[in-house]
Amino acid sequence: MSFRMDGYECIIGLEIHAQLLTDSKLFCGCKNSYGDTPNARTCPVCLGLPGALPSLNVRAVEHAVKMILAVEGKVNGRSIFARKNYFYPDLPKGYQISQYEKPLGSGGQIRIESGGKKRFIGLERIHLEEDAGKSFHQAEGNGYTNIDLNRCGVPLMEIVTRPDISSPREAHLLLDRIKLIMRYLGICSGDMEKGALRCDANISVRPDGQAEPGTKVELKNINSFRGVERALNYEIMRQKSLLEKGKRVIQETRLWDEENNLSHPMRTKEETQDYRYFPEPDLMPLDIEEDWIKKASGELCELPAEKLDRFMDEYRIPEYDAFILISSCELANYFEDVARISASPKLAANWIMTEVLKVLKDNKIEIDRFKIGAKQLGVLIKKIDEGSISGKIAKEIFADMALSSENAETIIGRKGIIQLTDVETIAGTIREVMKENEENVRLYQNGKSKLFGYFVGQVMAKTKGMASPKMVNKLLKDMLDGQET
Amino acid sequence: MNFGRLSADKLGEIISSGGAKPSEAISAILENARSENRRLNCFITICEEYALAIADRIEKKISGNEPLGRLAGIPLAVKDNIITKDIATTCGSRILDGFVPPYNATAIDYILSEDAVIIGKTNMDEFGMGSSNENSYFGRVINPINDEYVPGGSSGGSACAVAAGLVPWALGSDTGGSVRQPASFCGIVGLKPTYGAISRYGLIAFGSSLDQIGILSRNVKDCALLFSIISRRDYRDETCMAAQYEYGADDIGQFERLKIGLPGEYFGEGIDPEVSRSVHGSIKLLEKLGCEIMEISLPNTDKAIAAYYIIANAEASSNLARYDGVRYGFRSEECKNLEGMYKLTRGRGFGDEVKRRIMLGTYALSSGYYDAYYLKAQKAREIIRRDFKRAFSEVDLIVTPTSPTPAFKLGEKIADPLAMYLSDVYTVSVNLAYLPAISIPCGKTSSGLPIGMQIIGDAFGERKIFKLAYGLEKELGFEF
Repeated sequence: MSFRMDGYECIIGLEIHAQLLTDSKLFCGCKNSYGDTPNARTCPVCLGLPGALPSLNVRAVEHAVKMILAVEGKVNGRSIFARKNYFYPDLPKGYQISQYEKPLGSGGQIRIESGGKKRFIGLERIHLEEDAGKSFHQAEGNGYTNIDLNRCGVPLMEIVTRPDISSPREAHLLLDRIKLIMRYLGICSGDMEKGALRCDANISVRPDGQAEPGTKVELKNINSFRGVERALNYEIMRQKSLLEKGKRVIQETRLWDEENNLSHPMRTKEETQDYRYFPEPDLMPLDIEEDWIKKASGELCELPAEKLDRFMDEYRIPEYDAFILISSCELANYFEDVARISASPKLAANWIMTEVLKVLKDNKIEIDRFKIGAKQLGVLIKKIDEGSISGKIAKEIFADMALSSENAETIIGRKGIIQLTDVETIAGTIREVMKENEENVRLYQNGKSKLFGYFVGQVMAKTKGMASPKMVNKLLKDMLDGQET
Repeated sequence: MNFGRLSADKLGEIISSGGAKPSEAISAILENARSENRRLNCFITICEEYALAIADRIEKKISGNEPLGRLAGIPLAVKDNIITKDIATTCGSRILDGFVPPYNATAIDYILSEDAVIIGKTNMDEFGMGSSNENSYFGRVINPINDEYVPGGSSGGSACAVAAGLVPWALGSDTGGSVRQPASFCGIVGLKPTYGAISRYGLIAFGSSLDQIGILSRNVKDCALLFSIISRRDYRDETCMAAQYEYGADDIGQFERLKIGLPGEYFGEGIDPEVSRSVHGSIKLLEKLGCEIMEISLPNTDKAIAAYYIIANAEASSNLARYDGVRYGFRSEECKNLEGMYKLTRGRGFGDEVKRRIMLGTYALSSGYYDAYYLKAQKAREIIRRDFKRAFSEVDLIVTPTSPTPAFKLGEKIADPLAMYLSDVYTVSVNLAYLPAISIPCGKTSSGLPIGMQIIGDAFGERKIFKLAYGLEKELGFEF
């Protein structure tokens, strides 16, 4: 399948770099964290001092193995670290320790859901490597460049997809899904703004029906999820307009400029560097035993795609709802608890997607810091579902709970909210409403059934929302239909 | 008393028994080193304050009746490619001129924790690249046996300091013969341990898969003692897998019957007749002492030099990329941009031989040439390794000359890199095969130059090597 636009199609592949959430760096004991005073988190190893040697952090390997298993890739029993040689001031050794011919993981696939359809994007490989430092070019003044080597040696997992992506939208969805899988596995924060997740894209465009592939262009410096889509859309337009003018697309690497929504050429194919890869003599081949892989495989959590399917199936909720609810493992768990306690998954889904997410968004918090526990919300929703409280009252209670963390019953008691379930009282109110609206009653009885809602509103208003909606509905129907109780 | 002339063993005994005050012994050693160094140029740095401070600490330990380390008060010289905290470490290169490391190599930590006294850093061929110690930014070193000759390289400074009696022992490093060849040229003992026996953490890399810290001393017993202290596992070096060697004096004292292999390939064309005669003489002696001598073959020896220079230089081209002027060492300031800084810094910071090898190594790893050079060299390495494996299924040890010739004259080979490379012909295979080997003095030429004999063992077979070397040393009794 390919993304067709005005007689052209494009082929996209992504290279994704994810910083792994380990305590220490990939080859030394320095703390792996973001920020800090420049060059504070460094040692002879990550500074590349003469004589220093790397020793592998096994936790990083475990993280990458989880990812490989999660995407149904093959964990290679033996993988080899290799040196990628190039000069840059923030690369202290003059080479990056990466993996080349024998990566940790091969193959695999990731499912995305696009417009109700499921698509599988194949993966080429997943390997481990170390991050480089950061250069800060002084725009003004002395022309010096400052270098911060705190990031040097932070473990990176590189994921290379096959050229299976057929639209910028799919690329965006894939990146989202990769982030979600990694967050489920607890191996990467996925925070693109902090550089914890970075993405390069390869794209070629060709006219429909052309047999030979278009010229491949690499896009770098994509720093946001939306940026992926924008950068690719821009590139498609750029290549298309060249082709339409009968011009040639040259093979090159371009830098995406997010601020100005365009890309600049960085280097052409002729300038491609020869990285002179060779096996890293300072590290032993990385051997992973079959038992270890089996154990890791058994410990994998439920992954986003499985959860999505299960939610739709088990809770009978639409894909759209399920999609939102699985957007984090914690939110999904919260939903499942609320659904179970309330015994009404659909209502639970609605309440979480509207009321709960609104509070989270307004307060800029995650579900783990939300003041209403799943049990509390479950009980509240159960009351709504049973018809013992109205939606309006429930929202009032909810707002209170979100501040006070108290149970629904406590708030009902404290606020003096009485749940009107007495048949006589409700019937009396209905009688009053019918008396005040004789004309409407007549219209209703003559077939204008739409008016039913109006009567419900009147009754609820008179009882200040305290009447049980379920009883109001039942009694009102009976009484309007002339079956006075 | 000339303390530097004593064996480490003896000197240690005198100090720990109160026979000499550490500060006095060390002062005398430093004084002698300083004065002799003017002629020999074997030290790049003599660290007087540092050494005297250690001597002071030892004295306090003695007066406080605290337990002393096994190397208490024994002076030691360290090749200048082994990282020493607070002592300038140059690797014999301008590019590291002024670099004072903030940490110690693991081997240095082990030695210091036994109260040894580092008195200085020794001269060497720049980054270990050379066989005559004429490739140093800090000037060439003189052979103490004869001023007109080279001391060998690249651990020429260490060999010279030990042979001249400035220190009883020194650390060197051996990538293709850099400990054994200078030991043979200077008439002393030089051990290149099994790859992985001593942590390389803090040994400035030349050829990472070949480099190993080695020991230079005036007798086998001292060599075994120091080896037992630094041959320990280190989690900071993944390639270090030492089965810790425990030193036992009895061990080397016992001379046992061993099967000795003589590889025909090491006694053929190109060998100096005096060297051949001397080594054969020692082999006769071994036979007389009860060893079984067997002719063996290491048929792929002829591939060793080529494989070695490709692998070592390929690794070096990458290992030396970090010297870019950005963070430490020499930086040329006369540049306008980044590329200019790299070019001027590296162009001026490295000597000719280093630049030649970086270019050779870069070439061997380049796209399109990798298979023909680097990969092929790795295959050659594997078959050389298999040759030794086969040999060690039949014999305990292999005996060869250390170098085809005795020391050559200063300047003799400096204009001919290929002739220089060929002087490593008997030593490089040992590094390629990750094996241990020792060079011990076994005779001298008519003009009085030392001749060395190499004893090669199986992986982690240092104990056997020491036994034979010690037995032979007792019989031959060479002192230069």
